[in-house]
Amino acid sequence: MNVNPPNSYRVGPDEHGRYGIHGGRFVAETLMPLILELEQAYKDAQADPSFQAEMDTFLEHYVGRPSPLYYAERLTEHLSGAKVYFKRDELNHTGAHKINNVMGQILLARRMGKTRIIAETGAGQHGVATATVCARFGLKCIVYMGDVDVERQKPNVFRMKLLGAEVIPVSSGSRTLKDALNEALRDWVANVEDTFYCIGTVAGPHPYPEMVRDFQSIIGKETKRQMHSREGRLPDSLVAAIGGGSNAMGLFHPFLDDKEVEIYGVEAAGRGIDTGLHAASISGGRPGILHGNRTYLLMNDDGQITEAHSISAGLDYPGIGPEHAWLNDVGRVNYLSATDQEALDAFQLCCELEGIIPALEPSHALAKVVELAPDRPKDHLMVMNMCGRGDKDIFAVAEHLGVEL
Amino acid sequence: MSGATRIDHRFAALRADGRAALVTFVTAGDPDYATSLEIIKGLPAAGADVIEIGMPFTDPMADGPAIQASSLRALGKGHDTNKTLQLVREFRAEDNDTPIVLMGYYNPIYIYGVERFLSDAKAAGVDGLIVVDLPPEEDDELCVPALNSGLNFIRLATPTTDDHRLPRVLTNTSGFVYYVSVLGITGTKSPDISTVTEAVARIKRHTDLPVAVGFGVKTADQAAGIASGADGVVVGSALVNAVRDNLDDAGVAGPATSAAVLALVRQLAGGVKSVTRSAAE
Repeated sequence: MNVNPPNSYRVGPDEHGRYGIHGGRFVAETLMPLILELEQAYKDAQADPSFQAEMDTFLEHYVGRPSPLYYAERLTEHLSGAKVYFKRDELNHTGAHKINNVMGQILLARRMGKTRIIAETGAGQHGVATATVCARFGLKCIVYMGDVDVERQKPNVFRMKLLGAEVIPVSSGSRTLKDALNEALRDWVANVEDTFYCIGTVAGPHPYPEMVRDFQSIIGKETKRQMHSREGRLPDSLVAAIGGGSNAMGLFHPFLDDKEVEIYGVEAAGRGIDTGLHAASISGGRPGILHGNRTYLLMNDDGQITEAHSISAGLDYPGIGPEHAWLNDVGRVNYLSATDQEALDAFQLCCELEGIIPALEPSHALAKVVELAPDRPKDHLMVMNMCGRGDKDIFAVAEHLGVEL
Repeated sequence: MSGATRIDHRFAALRADGRAALVTFVTAGDPDYATSLEIIKGLPAAGADVIEIGMPFTDPMADGPAIQASSLRALGKGHDTNKTLQLVREFRAEDNDTPIVLMGYYNPIYIYGVERFLSDAKAAGVDGLIVVDLPPEEDDELCVPALNSGLNFIRLATPTTDDHRLPRVLTNTSGFVYYVSVLGITGTKSPDISTVTEAVARIKRHTDLPVAVGFGVKTADQAAGIASGADGVVVGSALVNAVRDNLDDAGVAGPATSAAVLALVRQLAGGVKSVTRSAAE
């Protein structure tokens, strides 16, 4: 799709929650008043300096921000091309970027007087982050999780339970993240009075994609500042993995108008785009409507949503955030994909060279760093978002490597 | 906007008769095309006044387990939008009076193509559409083109639709208003009759359109209760469950399947018709 480039890539969404043709508010009437209430509450919070001050305090002292910008020296030597940096969001409390957004939404829920928090989760990172912050503020927390994911992410399920959350396995549809989202929406429809739906990614009806992006943008803002103090200039390229796309949007958004910065989003190609067993909505899907927004989706010719496949439960979603869909249409971000095998290889490389066990999600981004960096000059600064740590994935990786634990 | 549809005529006639409409929902292609057609063809004689046909979708976020399961049964048999329209054409060949409303989610229509869908639906004999995930904020997508093509666009109003928002919801609504009587997904909680009556009165302060009430109606008694306070009673999950409960162990339909569904419709119709309403109301 070819669209004339806008003057700024950072002004979206419009008043209808649209990014080009994408985004919007495709929800049942029951939810519409809640979405409008949320939009207003978020606007009020943004205009209130005490909200940002409270957020900053918790991000520093509870989450552990800023996260380091780390020069991956041995990986750089190994690839002998671009100078590779990791944005270390896996060092946040709970081990992933997810808590940046959860902290924002829970503080907002408190302002709105909501007492019951619901969330969906795939890999379990968003569920753990939500359970964590709910425990911190004494809020009731219910997490919906596909029963396939409950099985492959047992450590995170136990973590959520330790934190006092109720984990509800979802056995409808493909029993993964998309079905967890359906169930969370159904819960919200039935419990509109006291419930706040804490969505984990830059998708869903407006204002979620914008709100989650804003809360995650701390990643890119810090990166910009840190790179300036380390190298005295902007990075030359950014690379991040994409399921729904919140870690990527958080890194990318502050750089969108720095047109000299190349930006790469990496979708999960599963067993390969041509096998049909993948989670690459942009590379292998087309625009449609699901979960409150229009965006690229995996579907059949009748508009029925098809299952996504990825070794990484966090990327196993048949859609992508609507702002990513638009950034693809206008050509600002390059969307690539990495297979399960490429991600596994990158996972092992990172363990061996850097002493960092990455989550399988950023391993997809790392796989493309391995591909892109060797062709770049030595003074090319490449930043990859290390958005989660891999402790949760060691069982899945062991299985793929044929190791019995 | 074009002239009156079968929906408008039907509600006007029932108003003159002094009774409420029984609006029945079944999912197209559930449990298979032939049985589904048999059920739909039998609905008018069993007492259905308006027929809602669900267009199956993999991710029906506002529906409960019963209707999601019925969608998956139909999709599992290869049902699609073309077959739903074929079902309507076959019904229309024998019945030119009973209004038909297609109910579903936007994505299959969007992928079929909005203009093509509206023209094919109209030609097949569809009278109105209910598309659950298109609130007034998205009217340009399908609602306005549907009205322009002479179809009714029926909107859901819910307990969360307050007096401030109701006018927005009712603008561009035609045919009837579908009041969702309880907060939640289809087929779960049952409605409280007095609350429903009040809610219908509230909606009627904003519109002259008929108001049909649904979500959670399972028995003839409940149907009669709703019929005393509303212009129509919508029954869906109970019928879809009757399909499910009358399949054999392999999930295959037999002669008992459509018979059981239609028997339940006759009971519900008895409940609705037992209540006489003032024609002048």
